[in-house]
Amino acid sequence: MLETLLPNVDWIDLWQACHDTFSMLGWSLLFTLVLGLPLGVLLFLTGKRQLLSQPVVYGLLSFVVNVLRSVPFVILLIVMIPLTTLITGTSFGVAGVVPPLVVGATPFFARLVETALREVDRGIIEATQAMGATTRQIVFGALLPEALPGILAAATVTAITLVSYSAMSGLVGGGGLGDLAVRNGYQRFQTDVMIVTVILLLVLVQALQMAGDRLVTHFSRK
Amino acid sequence: MTTTIQFKNIHKSYRVGGRDIPALSGIDLTINPGEIFGMIGHSGAGKSTLVRLINLLERPTGGELLIDGADITRFDNDALRALRRRIGMIFQHFNLLSSKTVADNVAFPLRLAGKKSRAETDARVAELLARVGLSEHASKYPSQLSGGQKQRVGIARALATEPKILLCDEATSALDPQTTQSVLRLLAEINRELGLTIVLITHEMDVIRTICDRVAVLDGGKVVEHGPVADVFLHPKHITTKRFVQESEHVDENEQDDDFAHVPGRIIRLTFRGEATYEPVLGKVARDCGVDFSILAGRIDRIKDTPYGQLTLALTGGDVDAALARFESEGLTVEALRDA
Repeated sequence: MLETLLPNVDWIDLWQACHDTFSMLGWSLLFTLVLGLPLGVLLFLTGKRQLLSQPVVYGLLSFVVNVLRSVPFVILLIVMIPLTTLITGTSFGVAGVVPPLVVGATPFFARLVETALREVDRGIIEATQAMGATTRQIVFGALLPEALPGILAAATVTAITLVSYSAMSGLVGGGGLGDLAVRNGYQRFQTDVMIVTVILLLVLVQALQMAGDRLVTHFSRK
Repeated sequence: MTTTIQFKNIHKSYRVGGRDIPALSGIDLTINPGEIFGMIGHSGAGKSTLVRLINLLERPTGGELLIDGADITRFDNDALRALRRRIGMIFQHFNLLSSKTVADNVAFPLRLAGKKSRAETDARVAELLARVGLSEHASKYPSQLSGGQKQRVGIARALATEPKILLCDEATSALDPQTTQSVLRLLAEINRELGLTIVLITHEMDVIRTICDRVAVLDGGKVVEHGPVADVFLHPKHITTKRFVQESEHVDENEQDDDFAHVPGRIIRLTFRGEATYEPVLGKVARDCGVDFSILAGRIDRIKDTPYGQLTLALTGGDVDAALARFESEGLTVEALRDA
């Protein structure tokens, strides 16, 4: 039954593609969050009229973030090949895709974190300052807990962006569902493969969004 | 326990587009230990800058600010943080952490100070919540509370580190009149029982009248009038003060003058204060001096704990000069509004 309906779908290939997508998403999301969160906090703190206002530092960070965000991901993937090889020892497969994914998504996530922190009522920062808190205490005790729902929403958007970026990984043999859709579904005109992979991607994105929304609701106290 | 706050020739200006815009100029004030000191002014008068100088949320650009004789503008970061723990602050919009429960909000300054064990912190939080009457709301989040309850949490939080000074930044301006009264009662109670110095800023005369001992009137970044509340508000001298008094009493002086134009006789304003408010002075003097009086306007009220009365009278017949002299010798204040 399935064979007549989906003659070109190789279930082992499909399983491998799912595995690759999860693996790319998992690793790149992990590193993006770990690097992007401090960068976002730094962007916020050094911003105009903020706690550690440093116009030069902010200008520099902001410029780097903008440059990285303006480079199309496909180009980043190719340009970064030497650096990727240096970091992971290979520019091929999942390991070859994670570094460019992280470099592409970190500035994006950092900006979203900066925006989420700016949403925190200034009065709360002022009240915490008035209690005699250090800057570190303000960040960890007040800012991050207050911005948590916003940061979780930012992480959700970032995860979904990573899913769509990872579709281009085929260029360096990264694999994954997006790659399968492009190589088999599009280039070989295997419409059935295209439909199956796109449905799987849709399910993945939907699941990520729902999980993210649940977390946001769980931590929202407003 | 004595905490005097002294402003000595304090200036504050903001740099906007390369120009210095003055917010406060030449402020000289002394706030005594244990008193409730009010600062009243319209928005833009500089009062919220002034109150923020006391814990250096705003830094003065000139002058000295002494707390217990030490110039706090020279404090290093550690000394400043220690100072801030001795000064509580509450805000118009409460500024509670929405991500923390009521109990955790109150515990927050204690955790920041890091000097108490978990058990000590819990005990202190329970004690504070009991004081502000919110014990049963300990595990709620701020969004589940009413405005008045939020401000009570703010007060409990401000008292957590046993401060000597409490700053109130328009603390009742976002509350309805009834809630305002209950929050003011709580503040007065705290002031009495803990001997805390309270500095509050407001644009509402009623707040000053209800709980303040002394008041400073701000206008255009300057203190235009200051002194005991009764003196300043029963005998306002500066135009800004007069306007505040008129606004709160819903009296328009010009309108009143027009109304009295056809009334014969001398028009005076009599002010009674304290026990004199309840004495039958008016009738006695009228009888003795043979003057007739008609009451044109008046009110009998309280300023904090002092009763007072203020009457506008038209006097005719008899010996009016002798009557005025008698009023003064009875300890009343006489102001002539119109000669016969």
